[in-house]
Amino acid sequence: MKEKVESIKKELEKDLENVNSLQEVQNLKVKYLGKKGLVTELTSNMKDLSIEERKEVGKLSNDTKNYVTEELTKLETKLNEEELEKKLNSEKIDISLPSTKVAVGSSNILEKLIEEVEELAISMGYDVVEGPEVEKDLYNFELLNLPKGHPARDAQDTFYTDGDTWLLRSQTSPVQIRTMLNNTEKTPIRIICPGKTYRRDDDDATHSHQFTQIEGLLVDKDISLANLKATFDVIAKKLFGEDRETRFRPSFYPFTEPSVEMDISCFNCGGKGCNICKGTGWITVGGAGIVHHNVLDNCGYDSEKWTGFAFGFGAERLAMLKYGITDIRTFYTNDLRVKETFDRKDAD
Amino acid sequence: MAISMNWVKEYVDLNDVDLKELATKITNAGVNVEHISSNDLNNLVVGYVISCEDIPDTHLHDCLVDVGTDKRKIVCGANNVRKGIKVIVSLPGAVLPGGVVIKASTIRGYESNGMICALSELGLEENTPENHAKGIYELPDDAKIGEDVVKYMSLDDTIYELDLNPNRNIDCTNHIGFAYEVASVLGRKVTLPDLSTSPIKDSVKKHFSLSIDTPNCTMYNAKMVTGVEIKESPDFIKHRLIAAGMRPINNVVDISNYVMLEFGQPLHFFDKDKLGDKIKVRMAKENEKIVTLDKKERTLTSDDIVITDGEKPVCIAGVMGGENTEVDENTKDILIESAIFNSYNVRYTSLRLDLRSEASLRYERGLNYEYTTMAIERACHLLEKYANGKVLSDTIVVDNIEKKKKVAKVTLDEVNKTLGLEMTLKDVEKSLNNLGFPYKEKNQEFTVEIPNRRLDVEPHRQDLIEEIGRLYGYDKIKSVLPTIPDRAGKYVGAVKYRKLISNRLKSLGLNECRTYTLVSDEENEMFKYNRKEQIDLLRPMSSDKKTIRQTLIPSLLKVYDYNKSRNVKDVMIYEIANTYGNKTEEDTKVAILMKGNYLTNSWSSTNTKVDFYLLKGILENLLDYLGLKNRYHLQEAKLDGMHPGISAEITLDKEPIGFLGRVHPNISKDDIYVLEISMNKLVEKKIKPIKFKEISKYPSIVKDLAFIVKKDVTSEKLVETIKHTGGRLLTNIDVFDVYMGENVKDDEKSIAYSLTFSDPERTLSDEEVMKIFDKIIEEVSKKHNAVLRDK
Repeated sequence: MKEKVESIKKELEKDLENVNSLQEVQNLKVKYLGKKGLVTELTSNMKDLSIEERKEVGKLSNDTKNYVTEELTKLETKLNEEELEKKLNSEKIDISLPSTKVAVGSSNILEKLIEEVEELAISMGYDVVEGPEVEKDLYNFELLNLPKGHPARDAQDTFYTDGDTWLLRSQTSPVQIRTMLNNTEKTPIRIICPGKTYRRDDDDATHSHQFTQIEGLLVDKDISLANLKATFDVIAKKLFGEDRETRFRPSFYPFTEPSVEMDISCFNCGGKGCNICKGTGWITVGGAGIVHHNVLDNCGYDSEKWTGFAFGFGAERLAMLKYGITDIRTFYTNDLRVKETFDRKDAD
Repeated sequence: MAISMNWVKEYVDLNDVDLKELATKITNAGVNVEHISSNDLNNLVVGYVISCEDIPDTHLHDCLVDVGTDKRKIVCGANNVRKGIKVIVSLPGAVLPGGVVIKASTIRGYESNGMICALSELGLEENTPENHAKGIYELPDDAKIGEDVVKYMSLDDTIYELDLNPNRNIDCTNHIGFAYEVASVLGRKVTLPDLSTSPIKDSVKKHFSLSIDTPNCTMYNAKMVTGVEIKESPDFIKHRLIAAGMRPINNVVDISNYVMLEFGQPLHFFDKDKLGDKIKVRMAKENEKIVTLDKKERTLTSDDIVITDGEKPVCIAGVMGGENTEVDENTKDILIESAIFNSYNVRYTSLRLDLRSEASLRYERGLNYEYTTMAIERACHLLEKYANGKVLSDTIVVDNIEKKKKVAKVTLDEVNKTLGLEMTLKDVEKSLNNLGFPYKEKNQEFTVEIPNRRLDVEPHRQDLIEEIGRLYGYDKIKSVLPTIPDRAGKYVGAVKYRKLISNRLKSLGLNECRTYTLVSDEENEMFKYNRKEQIDLLRPMSSDKKTIRQTLIPSLLKVYDYNKSRNVKDVMIYEIANTYGNKTEEDTKVAILMKGNYLTNSWSSTNTKVDFYLLKGILENLLDYLGLKNRYHLQEAKLDGMHPGISAEITLDKEPIGFLGRVHPNISKDDIYVLEISMNKLVEKKIKPIKFKEISKYPSIVKDLAFIVKKDVTSEKLVETIKHTGGRLLTNIDVFDVYMGENVKDDEKSIAYSLTFSDPERTLSDEEVMKIFDKIIEEVSKKHNAVLRDK
């Protein structure tokens, strides 16, 4: 009996070596485990044996059956895997072919920059407020301490739409006026107002009859230029890098007194002097100052009690500096190829 | 404004001062010195033209010039070059402004060893066509041949080119005013020039009477100088005028300009003999005429101030003199006017006549009456000295100026609180002393008198704080965040809504655009829909930017064209911008333009082409996102600029809010789809808060059916009937096929629907669903003349 089993095992070993397909495995299953299979035959003369012998033969044949089944299953699995792999290999694609362009939108460059400033301002407690572009002369000039005939109006040659009372706003400052006037309870104010503005300029690489300002206004008690400088620092560092230094230079705006120009240390040369900063090491990015007492009083904020600061940036100028854009018209042509560069997160 | 520092030195001691460092200090104190130039011109000598022959068939001249060391041939193209004049010669090796190197050369076969120069070529005058036309500069006869021109003309000056803010272009556009600024920065004193004269007994009052007939002339001073000798100005006057950008003419004209550049007060000189014995200042009569110095006849209005001889105008006040009283080479007796006119009138007149000049600008910005008086004395002093004039005693004066001292108070605490500095009493005192503002201090409160020369400084503490601070130095201000309560910032009003829409559209694959508000009439005529009265600019700059747009679509079409011409084929764009009509009414519009493939793969066929239904999908997604599901509706409409069969009007709560569809082929042959809706109308809508809705746990039953109907029966109508008949248990209706063609008649179409039935509380039985299903078939067939299509 034992010899029989051994010879079956030996034969199986030989057979297994020659198997190459699942069909052949199937054939072996029949040869060994089928009704007339070699293993099945081990128990063919069971009825002639004693109980003791039956037990022994039964166990032996059972073990053999398990052994053979296991070996055949192993091989079957292996062949199955090989077959699948072959099939998958045949499905191989060229991953280097171009992708499908999914529908994804993008922000306008300028809007992207404005939102960066807005988010920062919101985090500092500023509300983002907008106002009309067709505006009253009263709000665009007069209440801002720019009476009719004021020489500073020259610098802002304006588009009028109706007599000398309505115009396309030449600055976003009227939003400040509206906010102060509308705040009938005369509580502290913190706003930024981004928006479109218009002046009589011929369009070229550095001039645009339509441009965008971002203005801020803070009205509270005991507000100083030092407070303004700290606020400017935050914005300058956010937009142009943590290592930016800032400085103020005296300037003039009719609606602030004192007025300052806001400069940042040149982000290109770090202050040594280069083309971008015209050798000075500094770049002017905006104007600001302490709100003029006439403006506060004009808007019902008693200038003996209230103080505030206001600041303003040209959004196009900021974006041109930040991204190295040399033609202001870039913002208005909307060349979609620009998206390839701009539709991503910026470096931290 | 160009300032000659040689000139400034006359009023402030600058002997030990580095002018480059000074410029930085002045700039840091708020007066921008934009550019410093010193004449490092070399190889320039005085030459004498010995002979001058025309070179045939050219504008050139072949000259022989004595330059001291030798006599040399020079070719010159100027038309005023001639034998016997003295000229500026730049010798080979000279480097002219702009880097032009002078070399010995041959021009048209003629030898040329240098160049005879015009002032503009030397950078001493602006390079304008007018200046170019003046030709070469002629030196006086007494110039020494061969002498260094820089020395001879005292050109070794340092010029500050100022870029002035509007507040300082009143006082820093004259040399005395700028000298005060220099003195403030350095802490030095200003010495005013000599005003003294030796008047003769004869009084001007015997020769003239003056009357002022208008409130627009607040001060008028007149003095008379007789026996003037018209000749060349002394060198220092000529050189300083050149340095400040003015060309010397003769001593009398030059003195008038010199005093203007010195005190900022424009003067006018009349020829006394031509003028007569009367001056009357009044407003011009409508259509009154005067021929001005430039020999042009000017028609006046009642807003112009004129100086008259009692009858006819002899000068347009502040703008330009009349030819009838012009000082010429035969003039002997002069009447000098030093006056203050209403700045608005001068501005208006000079703008209207296009005669803005150095003088008119100064009247516009305002004048210090103290200098008005000093300037006339100064002019007399110079005329006496340099034109041999005899100054008559007395001045005819009309003075209606309100002379109120400008006084303001400021405390040390206010200074520090506003600037955020820790200045001491001494620091503030130093600033005020430097400024030359007289003050008294008591208990740390300063009472300060603001001198008249600083017209820009108002009597208010904020003005004083600025003056004190800018001299002390803003660089000393440290950053200190305001100590105010924290608060949460937010987007307020419509901007919040705009961001919401914008972000949704971006997530739907659309790219944000920014285009111009001002458009042409033609553009504004397109896509007329619910139009308001157009707002035109009063003075447009060009016809393509003359009106405020009421639709954004033409702007987006331009963006499409721009990109198309650069081979960008798939254009998915939107813009949200304000439009205006009816004088001031604002309407924020949301516009979308789509063309090409929404999804693209360049090599396989997985493209999704934009069509009406894709754009409709964008619209529905947006409105659903805004919480407006089931409240909007599309209806067929014939719209301006749109394809009549492929466009629709959009209503929200039954009110029209805009339209969408394909652009009319007359406008573009490309199949461009556009949409425009009014954001204002969306913002107004109230919506319900979000509430979780249980999804049915029980299985649903799906049944399909198809109808054949007439082509003009819309799917919407069929769905309406299906929905109505299906009732509560019919939870979803999908169209899964629309077919026209074989087996369907020409005027018919087949639409197939997939209907979903479910109940949140139980499992539906097939029988009850079939009952509803059959009812639906019956109703649709009856109502829409529909035939159930065989499966």
